[in-house]
Amino acid sequence: MALISVRNLTKTFGSTLAVDDITFDVSRGEVLGFLGPNAAGKTTTMRMLTCYLAPDRGSATLAGHDILDDSLEVRRRVGYLPESAPLYLDMDVVSYLAFVAEVRGIPRAETRQRIDRMIETCGLQRVIGRNIGQLSKGYKQRVGLAQTLIHDPDILILDEPTTGLDPSQIIEIRELIKEMGKQRTVILSTHILPEVEATCTRVLIINEGRIVASGTPQELQAIAGGEDTIYVSVNSAGEPVDAKLAAISSVTSVSRITDAAGGYVRYLVKAGDGEDTAEAIFRIAVENTWKINELHRQRLSLEDIFLKLTTRET
Amino acid sequence: MKNALPIFKREFASYFNSPIAYIYLTVYLGLSSWLFLKGFFVIGEASMRSFFDLVPWIFLFFIPAITMRLWAEEKKVGTMELLMTLPITDAEAVIGKFLASFSFLLLSLSLTLVLPIVVASLGDPDAGQIAGGYLGCVLIGAAYLAIGLFISSLTENQIVAFIVSVVGIFGLFILGADFVLFGIPDGLVPVFSFLGLGGHFDSVSRGVVDSRDLVYYFSVIGFFLYLNVKSIEAKR
Repeated sequence: MALISVRNLTKTFGSTLAVDDITFDVSRGEVLGFLGPNAAGKTTTMRMLTCYLAPDRGSATLAGHDILDDSLEVRRRVGYLPESAPLYLDMDVVSYLAFVAEVRGIPRAETRQRIDRMIETCGLQRVIGRNIGQLSKGYKQRVGLAQTLIHDPDILILDEPTTGLDPSQIIEIRELIKEMGKQRTVILSTHILPEVEATCTRVLIINEGRIVASGTPQELQAIAGGEDTIYVSVNSAGEPVDAKLAAISSVTSVSRITDAAGGYVRYLVKAGDGEDTAEAIFRIAVENTWKINELHRQRLSLEDIFLKLTTRET
Repeated sequence: MKNALPIFKREFASYFNSPIAYIYLTVYLGLSSWLFLKGFFVIGEASMRSFFDLVPWIFLFFIPAITMRLWAEEKKVGTMELLMTLPITDAEAVIGKFLASFSFLLLSLSLTLVLPIVVASLGDPDAGQIAGGYLGCVLIGAAYLAIGLFISSLTENQIVAFIVSVVGIFGLFILGADFVLFGIPDGLVPVFSFLGLGGHFDSVSRGVVDSRDLVYYFSVIGFFLYLNVKSIEAKR
């Protein structure tokens, strides 16, 4: 059953259409990535799901509760980390977490233990007594994350959870998100593409308020389709290579890139089906006793797919 | 209403998380005592009348300073998004913040209780009048707070919140003043004199506790807290 189900969600600010008729479902155990350029509507969508903004049209249910009719129940079940993790800067870490725990209705007897667990999970031991205002960006982000997790929510909504962190912290946070995603449902937004490949089981690419593609990172590669690119460097001892390669049925174009040293010539082959083409090139080379010192197939990366899908209409 | 409590605790504690509260209390106490005592010995009368006469004017500047940050800062820092996505109703948030500022007001007023002690040690003041005066202070202060809190929810700039609150409270205060009443059509005089914040304060602080005055203050407080809830809702 879908833990999050979104139907035709639409939001306009003045004359700008921020989110345009978005529909999707997320089930338990999924980590869904919102991918899109800045101002694509990711944050607005998250704000509607967390009941911060009301949609103009459409509806959404989280854990069976409607965001408009049952907003408090939705908010109880969701852990939300807003973009850039705003926090009460004048509080210290523990009293801030205690405040959130109290608002979240965590029994007083359990509060201490929950806070200790969050301090451990999010690596806050070194800053326990400090004022949040004095913390570095990375620690603030972790305090924000501790705040979203303290009530052990079924649904986590994280708006750019890794911004402002250093590379090792990013890896830690991603591991944490992946770990949490196993028993929960996570939606996270990002415009960092490797993050999606590293953490998400499914991706929604959003552009100009609309979903332009959806699927696993692998599926997206198939959707974006197009041609594979194969680089091959051949020493054919003077034999013409272009014509023989072009004769392979899946190849659409062959172009000579460089005259490399030692008689090797580098070609760029564009083909419809990469797997077979590379094999065919290898077979031809063997039949003709050509020497090969490079045969490299470049898959369409998420970057390419993203660019392709988000710039298609412009 | 359960969740008004953590909001109240957080807000009240946050007054003391910075030196502002201590500076505020010192200045408030110093200013109001000095203004009172400098006339007190000249007149030579064991009465707190002149102290209470000043309160609406001192509050005019001190109360907006208590309320200006309550919403404006949340918006500026972005914690509004946090607060509004926690399982707290808008009314709980408004009540929690109002009660925090109200408690701070009670604390400031309680520090001035040395003055009646001084007065009582020097003469024989009318205890009923002093009690009425303090009741009037609590009521008019709470009304100012409700107005200031509402205005703070309209902006993310604390200075704007402060100035607009001063102007707004002043406007409502002078509605019932004599020079305004002279200038308006006769039919409107009772309406204006009822709506003005000042007239009700005068009668309560004289020690005359009339249910009409209580109803008036409770209505003003309720009305602005209601507007506050609506203005928060409208932002969603």
